[in-house]
Amino acid sequence: MMILSGDPPRSRALSILLVVILLALLATPFVFPGAKALNVAAKICIFAALVASYDLLLGYTGSVSFAHTMFYGIGSYAIAIALYGLGPSWTSVAVAVVAGLPLALLLALAIGLFSLRVEAIFFAMITLAVASAFLVLASQLSWLTGGEDGRSFQLPELLRPGTVFIGKEWFGFPINGRILTYYLVLSACALMVLALLRVVNSPFGRVLQAIRENRFRAEALGYRTVFHLTYANCIAAMVAACAGMLNALWLRYAGPDTSLAFSIMLDILLMVVIGGMGTIYGAVIGAAIFILAQNYLQALMSIASTAASEAGLPLLPGLLHPDRWLLWLGLLFIASVYFFPTGVVGRLRGKPAAKH
Amino acid sequence: MSALLKLTGVETYIGRYHILQGVDFEVPEGQTTMLLGRNGAGKTTTLRTIMGLWEAKSGSISLAGEPIEKLSTPDIAQRGVGYVPESMAVFSDLTVKENLVLAARNGPLDDAQLAWIFGFFPALKKFWLSRAGSLSGGQKQMLSIARAIVEPRKLLLIDEPTKGLAPAIVMSLIECLKEIKRRGATILLVEQNFHAARELGDQVLVMDNGTIVHRGEMAALAADVPLQERLLGLSLEAHQ
Repeated sequence: MMILSGDPPRSRALSILLVVILLALLATPFVFPGAKALNVAAKICIFAALVASYDLLLGYTGSVSFAHTMFYGIGSYAIAIALYGLGPSWTSVAVAVVAGLPLALLLALAIGLFSLRVEAIFFAMITLAVASAFLVLASQLSWLTGGEDGRSFQLPELLRPGTVFIGKEWFGFPINGRILTYYLVLSACALMVLALLRVVNSPFGRVLQAIRENRFRAEALGYRTVFHLTYANCIAAMVAACAGMLNALWLRYAGPDTSLAFSIMLDILLMVVIGGMGTIYGAVIGAAIFILAQNYLQALMSIASTAASEAGLPLLPGLLHPDRWLLWLGLLFIASVYFFPTGVVGRLRGKPAAKH
Repeated sequence: MSALLKLTGVETYIGRYHILQGVDFEVPEGQTTMLLGRNGAGKTTTLRTIMGLWEAKSGSISLAGEPIEKLSTPDIAQRGVGYVPESMAVFSDLTVKENLVLAARNGPLDDAQLAWIFGFFPALKKFWLSRAGSLSGGQKQMLSIARAIVEPRKLLLIDEPTKGLAPAIVMSLIECLKEIKRRGATILLVEQNFHAARELGDQVLVMDNGTIVHRGEMAALAADVPLQERLLGLSLEAHQ
């Protein structure tokens, strides 16, 4: 299949799961009305692209980067600063794209050329240092970034919730700029995931896999591995910056907590591991599972706790109390790593666990 | 016969260990030169130093008259040096096809070259779309050699290709290497198997403690058991 770059899911269960996720995302505005469902769906889309770009680094080259949220933040802040400073117009969006993407590219190029020549741990440490410095910089330059408060801004008129295209009479709720923004986010993220699928299935992607397996062997075939790793870093950074731009457009806000925080980096790592490293499809699955659990586990536990309490069961109501949702989220992740060591996609494709 | 590869006074350290202690030799063009020696003599380090995987601290290495000791490994590979490391070095996660496509850097796979490879390695055709990690040891070694010859190379560095393989597979590998030789390839081959060494070698170099202690014709060494015992500690027949 051309659209999947000759890399179909290769598992009936995985195909069904991906189709269900895609249909659910497409139908969310109509089937699950309400702000929360739409927010969750948009977050799944954005993180699917963000996690897929991180998987290009971690899963396909074996490089651990802690700077991915920095590139995500560059995209977010580029949109926020441009729309806040220049006003809510498409020109401002264009300025943000023209300024944000090259900045992310140049930083990724510099980090890559500087640190990917040597041991992987050095690259990880450099990215950690640069990301920390960027986080501090974003907080300190409050005249530009809004500091800890971040920047709220208005969207171009077409994307505003107040812009109604179709009234309530058709679907029972208006089709407005918010829904248009959602589909913009969905289609841009789908394009990015498909583009990454193309990258990993290209000859360039094969070289990355060869480098991941044995860098010296790839060099002995004549490949300049540092350049290949740097190009991968640049591609991943550009996609992360695009995802950040979409996130800012969706939230109409950019701040340290929503785009630069290290907790987001940990979330990305978990999503990659849960979905399955080295499988772009894993990013979609990992993002969907993680974000659904993050948003609905507490509500589910509340229902379970009430039911257990009404049934007069001992201990369970306390254990399932909604306040303990983070404990259960953690246990779920431990269980998923234990039972799916190659991630959900690896398991569904029947790939054996990597032997070291 | 002119020398394609020439090493002069090459010294290599691995950490604080002084492994190559002034290696001098030449590999004549169009011939197969065997590099023999006890375990730990520095044979693999020699190949890896030529390939740029270990840095030569001093001395010079030239390929077709051009110095290569300061070049990076990819540059050396792009100058036409093919390297087959020991221990069945394939990319396990890639298919047989992908392994060969990766090695054919200068464009798509050449059908005639591929047919030639399939001629003596039919298993590679059979498992064309299988993951290389799922192949047997012998098949992996075949793939490793096929990767080095999928494009014409000036020089092939091959490290113990028969190590750990069943006798039948060894025979087929020897036939393959003979065929590569017949096509005029220049080969520097590290080998412990006497039968393979005698069948394939034109010239021989013997290493000990990081230096070359003997150089000459393979046939002469193969016929001189006392010399073998003096150089290698035992006769080559006992190496099988």
